[in-house]
Amino acid sequence: MDWQALSLSLQLAVLTALLLLPLAIFIGRWLAYGRHRGKSLVEALVLLPLVLPPTVLGLILLVAFSPTSALGGTLASVFGQPLVFSFAGILVASVIANIPFAVQPIARAFEAIPENVRDAGYVSGLTPWQTFRKIEVPLAWPGMFTGLALVFAHTLGEFGVVLMMGGNIPGATRTLSISIYDSVQGLRIPDAALMSGVVVVIAALTIASVLAVTRRRAHFAMGQRW
Amino acid sequence: MRDAPKRDAPNLVAPSLDAQFRGALQVRIAQSAPFALDVTFNAQPGEVTALVGPSGSGKTTTLKAIAGLVMPQRGRVAIGGDVWFDSGQNIAVRPDLRRTGFVFQDYALFPHLTARGNVALAMGHVANETRADAAAAVLRRIGIEHLAERSPRDLSGGERQRVGIARALARDPHVLLLDEPFSAVDRPTRERLKSEVRALASTLACPVILVTHDIDEAVALARQLVIIDHGVTIASGTPDELLQAPPSPRAAEIIGVK
Repeated sequence: MDWQALSLSLQLAVLTALLLLPLAIFIGRWLAYGRHRGKSLVEALVLLPLVLPPTVLGLILLVAFSPTSALGGTLASVFGQPLVFSFAGILVASVIANIPFAVQPIARAFEAIPENVRDAGYVSGLTPWQTFRKIEVPLAWPGMFTGLALVFAHTLGEFGVVLMMGGNIPGATRTLSISIYDSVQGLRIPDAALMSGVVVVIAALTIASVLAVTRRRAHFAMGQRW
Repeated sequence: MRDAPKRDAPNLVAPSLDAQFRGALQVRIAQSAPFALDVTFNAQPGEVTALVGPSGSGKTTTLKAIAGLVMPQRGRVAIGGDVWFDSGQNIAVRPDLRRTGFVFQDYALFPHLTARGNVALAMGHVANETRADAAAAVLRRIGIEHLAERSPRDLSGGERQRVGIARALARDPHVLLLDEPFSAVDRPTRERLKSEVRALASTLACPVILVTHDIDEAVALARQLVIIDHGVTIASGTPDELLQAPPSPRAAEIIGVK
């Protein structure tokens, strides 16, 4: 059992989810309520990581963030070290790869709030910010929780993107999935099975909590639209 | 069946609970897109003014334009000395600063809050410490203090409407806007709510604008009718005037006079 890899994966999953939440709220709300021409394009870009093979996405990120590229070189000189093959690098890659898992449920949750309910906030004297905080966030919270949970579970299992961007450095970029793969390559099957079991348990718990929260929300909605 | 309001009906000028009468509401809105709209009317404080017309004639849009929820291309909305919208002077006050009370057709209660929470959220002008008491007072005024801790999902249609009205009054509005307030409840409830709204309107010092497609409802509740057809004001006046001498065949058709 590779405890270091488990701990690294958990850190990566939590940080990815926390970094994505504000970004996904911003993009998801904009997709739900915005009336801009570029909406379809943004929506397509948001979904792209979902359909791209992880190795392809990983390669794109590896090339984009490598110190020899313009973007990667600039970032490397700012942070004093290149992003690729580092924990920061797989964190960035993981955030990008998980955008659709966070944005989609949050956008759907904002869409599900009836326009009249938001309007009722405005005509009740709430500023747009107060309406967001006191009406939209409490009502969209189950979607936000779902997004967080999906990102968390998906990051634990992410393999291709992380391997391409980070390689396999113990304590820095060797995540649980990579460690499982390593164990199988080294014919340490019981090790691989144990770690896989851990992933299965965490994933199952995550999905169960999402279902529990989503059910409560359905109960909520029933009262409003009979 | 179709009685004009009696002259001594309480929805004329009646003793006011509010300190003083608000100003009259002046509305003139026009647009050519997304659909044509050309609506003009004035509404007096302490009176119910009904916007009547077939479904899809622009009545709800007019109400939303008064509240600032939609912005027409041209026109002016003013109440008393306050100008809320004036396309000529580039004035468009945000909806949260307009002090309108809006009762939505589906009531649009905040589903995550209790009845009292719904009302209290509209009382940002009241100090934090006294807000819960103030909200309870508004519920009492509407006669639903026993529903204070209920969630909207546990309320009947009629109860939801009363909470919607309480929330609209919570801001001490300068104009009360009612969008088809009786359409989502069953018939006996509707009759009871109508008389409640009539009694309530008589105690208010602000103009009350009622949107309805039901001419009987308009005649029963309103002092003034404004008839809107395909987005255009085609007639306005007291129910008596319009019923006795409709200004055009189309107006007569809408108000049901042969």
